[in-house]
Amino acid sequence: MLKLLALIKARNLEFYRDRTALTWTLLFPFIVLAGFAYGYSGKKEALLTVRATGKNAENHAVLKELQALPGMDFKVLEDEAIATVKLSRYETDLTVNVTDDGKHLVYATNPDSERGKLAERLLLQSALLRPELGATLEARTVTGHKIRYADWLLPGLLAMNIMFGSMFGVGYVIVRYRKNGVLKRLRATPLGAFQFLSAQVISRMLLMLFTSLLVIGGAMLLIGFKPSLSFPALLDLTLFLGVSAAAMISVGLVVAARISSEEVADGVLNLMTWPMIFLSGIWFSLDGASPWVLRISKAMPLSYVVKGLRSILLDGTRITELMPEVRILLVITGVLIAVGSALFKWR
Amino acid sequence: METLLETRALVKRYPELTAVDCLDLKIHAGKCFGLLGPNGAGKTTTLEMIEGILPPTSGEILYRNAPIGRRFSEEIGIQFQSTALPDFLQVHEVLTLFSAFYSKHMNRDELKDLCDLGDFWTRDASKLSGGQRQRVLLALALVNDPEIVFLDEPTTGLDPQARRRFWELLSLIRKRGKTVVLTTHYMEEAYELCDEIAIMNRGKIIAQGSPDDLLKEHFRGISIRLPKGTDYKIDTNSMSGSEVFDRGEAYEILTEDPNVTLRRLLDLGIPLKEVQIRSRNLEDLFLKLTGKGFQNAEAPRAD
Repeated sequence: MLKLLALIKARNLEFYRDRTALTWTLLFPFIVLAGFAYGYSGKKEALLTVRATGKNAENHAVLKELQALPGMDFKVLEDEAIATVKLSRYETDLTVNVTDDGKHLVYATNPDSERGKLAERLLLQSALLRPELGATLEARTVTGHKIRYADWLLPGLLAMNIMFGSMFGVGYVIVRYRKNGVLKRLRATPLGAFQFLSAQVISRMLLMLFTSLLVIGGAMLLIGFKPSLSFPALLDLTLFLGVSAAAMISVGLVVAARISSEEVADGVLNLMTWPMIFLSGIWFSLDGASPWVLRISKAMPLSYVVKGLRSILLDGTRITELMPEVRILLVITGVLIAVGSALFKWR
Repeated sequence: METLLETRALVKRYPELTAVDCLDLKIHAGKCFGLLGPNGAGKTTTLEMIEGILPPTSGEILYRNAPIGRRFSEEIGIQFQSTALPDFLQVHEVLTLFSAFYSKHMNRDELKDLCDLGDFWTRDASKLSGGQRQRVLLALALVNDPEIVFLDEPTTGLDPQARRRFWELLSLIRKRGKTVVLTTHYMEEAYELCDEIAIMNRGKIIAQGSPDDLLKEHFRGISIRLPKGTDYKIDTNSMSGSEVFDRGEAYEILTEDPNVTLRRLLDLGIPLKEVQIRSRNLEDLFLKLTGKGFQNAEAPRAD
């Protein structure tokens, strides 16, 4: 235990004294956030957005009339619950669920949204244009608070920061230690491989927790980000951050198990991180993306981290409701740490 | 003399070469044992196998007559030929870190004084001069107050002053009764520090014993070196009681009685203005045993 604590302390000292790495870890999410906020400040948005669900929704005659209108962003989603969440966050103006083989349309708007009212009127007009269908319409309302793009983006950036900090922070550092002989020197002591690797995982997890909470605090101060700050919410956030960091660290451990060249490690880590950056739903929602994109996304641990953090930070979801994501991340952690330890070489 | 460490028929074979070939060594408690040889002789490979870092292909390594195990790693201290220290840690923090790995520790202040670390105790360990760094690495090898200290070419790359200082440190460590196993390719260092040496070449021990005994065993007398002159020539048969060798630009005369030889040279009218007289050393021994100078004996193999 003493060995483990000494290693964790030393590794933490190294990180906090490495001002460049520390500054970058803390500033990186804000730099990206600022960049995207600026980049999207002049973006031409659709006039109205509609999300449809239900069997054969894309071919429903009334909805075809609706999507043919100029300035309309129309997409079909698989899950009605996702569409409802989007409506509650003002990410869409209208949702339509096609039921009863197209005979009955359940639509919902946000009662505080003017755009929602306009979208509702256009839907009703479209239905009037196709009286031969005899479709009935049922109105519902969904309330919620508006989520800005910056708020929506922040959990994704946090997840990306955890990924970089964990995978490079552990993977790259172990490879550097192996290359410059630090690992060989440690091998000459009674320290075991499991103790060494455990210390790397724990110290990096603590660092990721600390820096993530700092980034969230910074976002609250700088961009007015408003997550729930109740004790259970903070506990859930802390637990999920820990599980997320452990999963990403374990990926780094496997990469670092045998490689002794920093250049190779750099290449492999980049090869692994870049697809995750684009296909884990950090920047844009993948709802409505093609099935193969969704399949790839589901194979990436970062997707679960992004989804979990977004749910906790934006919707106040309890970690007990995120057990599928937590289970997947824990399995990834267990399997990859076992593989990393088995493959690990000191030299 | 108690045998602390012993190797029996130790072999390390790689696909393309045999780095260590059937090595039998005995290292006695409280002594300084030197493993000598040119680069590529197999010294470091031997040392790393003994330290338990590198698995041997075959053979046995015994510590206190039992195979090396967990107790061994607790009771040894190692200074590698080249090791980086963790970044951003101060000297005292590095020592604290390594101390935590062992159940037995040397007192930190004692270690600080012994290895003369006071001037850079709170300095970043990655920002030390060569000599300071070697002293920290030596201190790391001593943090657990080990029974045996392994030093792999500890003075390579140091300037003469730093090397002398390191030798003084080693003397202090030896006074504490530690057994020291040292590899070096500096023959002078081995002669100065070691009670017993083994000379390695191409993975094999070619001579083993105390430096003085080995020199006595292989050489008689001393060497007189005389640059060749244009106005004289030495007949190799004219120096009774001595052996004369033509070494290109100079003659080398090996004699048991330099007084008689020098008198004979004067009798022959040979000027002694540039004559060099010296005792035989370990480098001569290596030359004699391998037929090659020490610097020319480097072999293309993993050390």
